[in-house]
Formats: sequence, structure tokens, C-alpha cells
Amino acid sequence: MNCTKCKSKAVIKLPRHHAAFCKSCFNGFVHDQVARAINSQKMFCEEDRILVAVSGGKDSLALWDILLKLGYKADALYVNLGIGRYSERSQDKVRQFAGTTAAPLGSALHTHTVQQEEGAGIRELSMLVHRPTCSACGTIKRYQFNRAAIEHDYDVMATGHNLDDEAARLLGNVLHWQEEYLDKQGPSLPASVEGFAKKVKPLYRLTERELAAYCVLNRIDYIVEECPMAQGARTLLYKEVLNRLETESPGTKQTFYWGFLDRQKKESTRQTMTEKDQTVLRPCATCGQPTTAEVCSYCKLMVKAKATTPHVGR
Amino acid sequence: MRAYHACMLVQLSHPTRTVEVKGPKKVKDLLRDLHLVVEAHLVIRGEELVTEDEMISDKDRIEIRPVISGGS
Repeated sequence: MNCTKCKSKAVIKLPRHHAAFCKSCFNGFVHDQVARAINSQKMFCEEDRILVAVSGGKDSLALWDILLKLGYKADALYVNLGIGRYSERSQDKVRQFAGTTAAPLGSALHTHTVQQEEGAGIRELSMLVHRPTCSACGTIKRYQFNRAAIEHDYDVMATGHNLDDEAARLLGNVLHWQEEYLDKQGPSLPASVEGFAKKVKPLYRLTERELAAYCVLNRIDYIVEECPMAQGARTLLYKEVLNRLETESPGTKQTFYWGFLDRQKKESTRQTMTEKDQTVLRPCATCGQPTTAEVCSYCKLMVKAKATTPHVGR
Repeated sequence: MRAYHACMLVQLSHPTRTVEVKGPKKVKDLLRDLHLVVEAHLVIRGEELVTEDEMISDKDRIEIRPVISGGS
């Protein structure tokens, strides 16, 4: 199989684009897709300071690498969730990338450790509050990344969510008719109120397979093993189903998610997300971060955990 | 030094294990025989990515790497 662009030997076939690429043309394709995402969704400009949320996995490390190669000012934050050896290994991957690739380009790595800040890791916290680990993990990461972006004065926070993540999330929301979550499924969420950082997903045009291939081809060493807490998660089932559909009918995932974004864009008569946020969000009575309730879900989680176990949240 | 194998050694993940598969065969046939979906995996020979139409043989060291991740 030869590269569609330069006719040399291909290393990856992309049925959804009716194309195959060699390493060099594939890197060009990936960078082009990210640049298109950034520009079409007005995510950020060259002068903006970006905080990338990194986990040690393929998506976030690929995102950090791509943004630096495209010439953006991108620092990163790693949140150690205290998942035993898995967290140790993932933090090692982040440190290694930060030291060898990011630091020489003037980029910095921030690290937060949940165990140090709250007195317990994600396993213990989720058990104490009787919530699924992935749910508590999401609350903690959203809080930590938003807080860091605001405190360090970054213009925008970027996450490594890819096309598979967004299509699977959309499938879950549609299957359960969770219409209230659909507004937040766009790849660019505004800094609608004081205390909220702008959040963007520059990888929404690329699949997980393409991002894993980018890492392998560019020797980006990421944590391959799955998070032990994610086993059996519903998202993995949705992704599996979507990948079976994609294999039989290439382009299904992008038609599903991009089609949703097109429809969302056309509904111009609706209240904008900023207007809507400004009517429903107010500062958390405990930490000051924006929330729809009196106290935000992060502070509620910590209060509940502390009530059960005194060493938490000291 | 690697012992002689009449089959190719294929490394799989989740859980990590190695299986022996008789070659030569195309990558897409290897994935089909192992009941693995192309869209959810990369096939790596040595340190190089290979496409689904590539022929692999008994002397090759193959890794089939899953690409799906995420919780919630």
C-alpha cells in the first residue's frame, strides 16, 4: 500500500478519508487536522498561553507535542490521582516527555497530587462518598485543571479528548436523552463567568487510533495499559460498538459527532452558552469556583469524605 | 538470543500475553483470526507500524496494541 500523497510506502491506512499515508505525510495530516480544529472553532491564537491537561496517555501527550510543534505556547498540568503503580508509571511518562521534548522548547510542567492536597487518593475518596471512581475522578480533574488555569493566568485550557471520546459521550447522552449535557459537548467552551477557564478540545477531528499511531511513529512513550479503575466503564462499551460500526461503514464516528456539531451551530436562535451560564452559575460558597448549586460538586465530595474519615481534606 | 520458533510471536495487551501464530499471513487476517477489530488496534512489527495489507512471517516480532482508553 502506498501513500496517497507522495506514493512512498504507507504506514497507516485511513478508510474514513479514503487515504493511506507514510510517516511524513501522516504527521502533516495530523497537524493539519488540529490546526483546522483550532481555527474553525476559534480556540486560541498564537499569543495565548495554553495549559494542556496531561495524563501520560497517548492523547494528551500527542496534544502537547502537536501544539508545541505548531508553535503555540503550551505548558501542561499533571494531576496524580493516587492510583498506586498506575499513577507512578503515568507520571514517569509525563516527566520523561516534559524533560526530553517540552522543556527544550521552553514549556513547563505543573504537578498536583490529590493525596497530598486532600489526604486521600481517588480510590479511597470514591469509596468514601459511594460514587463510581470515574465519576469522582472527573469531578476532581475538572476542578484541579480549572483552578490551575485560573491561578496561573492561562488564557485557555486544552484537553486531549478525541473523536472517539466525543462520539461515545454523544451516544451515551442520546441513548439516555440527557439533553442538558448536549450543550457542553462542543469542542470549545467559553470562559462564560468569572472563575471559569475557557476549555478546548483540539483533537476532536482525530480518532484514538490515529493518535496512538502518531505517538508510535514519533516515538512518544505513553502509558499503554488501561487505567485499572476504568475497567467495565460504560464509555468503553460505547467505543467498542462505534468501532464495529466504523469498521463496517468508515466515517460513521465523524458523521455522528460532526453532524451533531453542525446542527448545534444552526440553532442560532437559542440562548448562547455564555448567556445560559451567566443565568445559572454562581460562585461556590466554599471555594469560589462557578457552580449551579450553593456548594460545588468538588467541595461536596470533600465534605462528605471528611465526614466519613477525619484525615481527608485536612 | 531468541529461541527458534516455527510460529510468529504476537504480543497482546489487556491482559499482557504472548500467543504463537503460524505465518505467513496478512495483517488483516491475523487480526480477524484473533477476533480483533482493525479500528481499535495498531499492528507494530519490531518498532514500525504496518498496514492491514502487509504480509508478516514467522520470523517477525509482532505487537498488537489496543488504542481504546477512557472511563466515566
